[in-house]
Order: sequence, then C-alpha cells, then structure tokens
Amino acid sequence: MSAAWITVLVVGAGTAVLKAVGPVGVANKELPPRVTELLSMVGPAILAALVVTEAFAHGRHLVVDARIAGVAAGAVAALVRAPLWAVIVVGALATALVRLIS
Amino acid sequence: MAPLVPAVLALGASLGVLARASHFSSAAVIVMSATTFAGSSQVAAVSVLGAGGGIVAAVVAALLLNVRYAPIGITVAQSFRGSIGRRFAEAQLVVDESWALSGGGTPRFDRRVMLGIGGGLWIAWVGGTAIGALLGGVVSDPSAFGLDGAFAALFLALLVSQLTNRRAIAAAALGAAIAAALTPLTPPGVPIIAATVAVLVGWRRT
Repeated sequence: MSAAWITVLVVGAGTAVLKAVGPVGVANKELPPRVTELLSMVGPAILAALVVTEAFAHGRHLVVDARIAGVAAGAVAALVRAPLWAVIVVGALATALVRLIS
Repeated sequence: MAPLVPAVLALGASLGVLARASHFSSAAVIVMSATTFAGSSQVAAVSVLGAGGGIVAAVVAALLLNVRYAPIGITVAQSFRGSIGRRFAEAQLVVDESWALSGGGTPRFDRRVMLGIGGGLWIAWVGGTAIGALLGGVVSDPSAFGLDGAFAALFLALLVSQLTNRRAIAAAALGAAIAAALTPLTPPGVPIIAATVAVLVGWRRT
C-alpha cells in the first residue's frame, strides 16, 4: 500500500474517533478546565508552526521567496476580515505574480 | 452556510491539486476528504508527505490538528440521541464551521441545524476536492499558480482567528520559533509536531 493510502486511512480513522469522543463516549461529563485550556493552545501552536514551514521551509532550509508575498497579501486580507476563500485567492495570486516577475 | 460554500470549494480544489502534486491518487485524496473531513489537517498531512516528511510525521501532525474535536464534541455531546452507530455517524459532521454556526458551546446548540450545515459543507468539500484532483492531473506544477503561498496565507488566517487571548498568542509565538529553529535540523513534519511543546507555556499558573 502506498504512503498516501496509509496516511489517508490512519488520519481518517483517528479523526473519526476524535470527533466521536463527545457524542459517543461522553454522557454528562466535562473536561477539567485546565485540560480544555491546554488543548485550546494546541491549535495556535501548530498553526503558527505551519505558517513558518509553509512560508519559509524549502526542504531543510529556511528561504525567503515568492511565498512571502502570498502570506503578506493573505495577512492583509485576513486583517480586513475578508472571507477565507478571498484569503486563498489573494494569497495564490500574489505568490504567482511575484514568482512570475522575479 | 451559503457564504462558506465558495471557501470550502476553493480550499477543497486547492487540496486536490496539491495532493496530486504530492503523489496522491485522485481516489486517495477524495476518500480522505470524505472520511477525514477536516481541511487544515488534510492540507498538513499532504504537505508533510509531499515534502518528504514520512508517514508518521504526516499522520501525527494531522491528528494533532484534530485533537480539538474531542473537547468540541464534548460541548455538544448531550444533544446527540439514538444508537452508537448513529451518534458516531452524526458526529462526523461536526466541523469548526457547522459547530460554530449551530450555536456550539452555548445552550442554543441545535443538532439538526448542525447536521444540515455539516452535510452541505461535506458535499462542497468532497466535490471541491474531486474538481482539484481532476485539475491536478492536468496541471504539472501547482506552484506556478502560487498554491504554496496560498496555503501559508490560509494557515495564517486560521491562526489569527484563534488568537483570542494572551496564552494563545504566547503559544503561537513559541510554536513558530520552535518550527523555525528545528527546520534545518530535522526531517519535514517534525518541527510542526515539536511546536506543540509550546502549550507548556500554559502550565504556568497565573
């Protein structure tokens, strides 16, 4: 089986279980506030790491290339509260444009 | 839900193109969207695998992004009825958007509204992925369209929406620093996983 299919199956099964933890596994419980608080920081930590690697990583090197234009344009779009699809489109256009002219 | 459909279609199509460039078959990425149905984690898994990060790093990075669904599911658990199979199936339609728009986390949560929105978004997500997978078979180099920069922008937009308090900002800053420091030292994917250490800033009692 290819690496892609193994990833698809394991991520699919794991995510299905995570989504079902509440509706299937929990009747009338709540997580301790401390645990909820720590879990709420996992998202920001990972998303910030993904911004860094998606924007600057090229293999094992950190580089500044056309992607920075996409990030900057997307940041502006996000700050003016543009919808998510607009962030994607603006980010792609800015990256492609800078790549084209550089 | 209507304003979300173009976003979900566009992101799904982008994922499809990216996946084809990362040696996923069309079937594999479409099955992934139908079963995982959690966008940012799928982009993360495909990116890590495409960058040569290996299966373990791809799976761990994706699942860490979905850990939030455990507490999210717990906030709405009381509204689900019926057999285990039915609750399991309905739980799959709980995604960030369907949860938020149906009053998740508040006493007004409406399971039927959540199912309607989640079902609609699922169709758009799987359909968008299929469109992208077909386009990706034709497009040889998605970076010419700036897709790599677009995903970085997308993650940034998602990050900004989660920076709701000082601890989240501290975790994000530390996570970014860890990822930058480890990128030259470890295989792709590892810096993202290691960044979760940043949640330890929350251990400090204030």
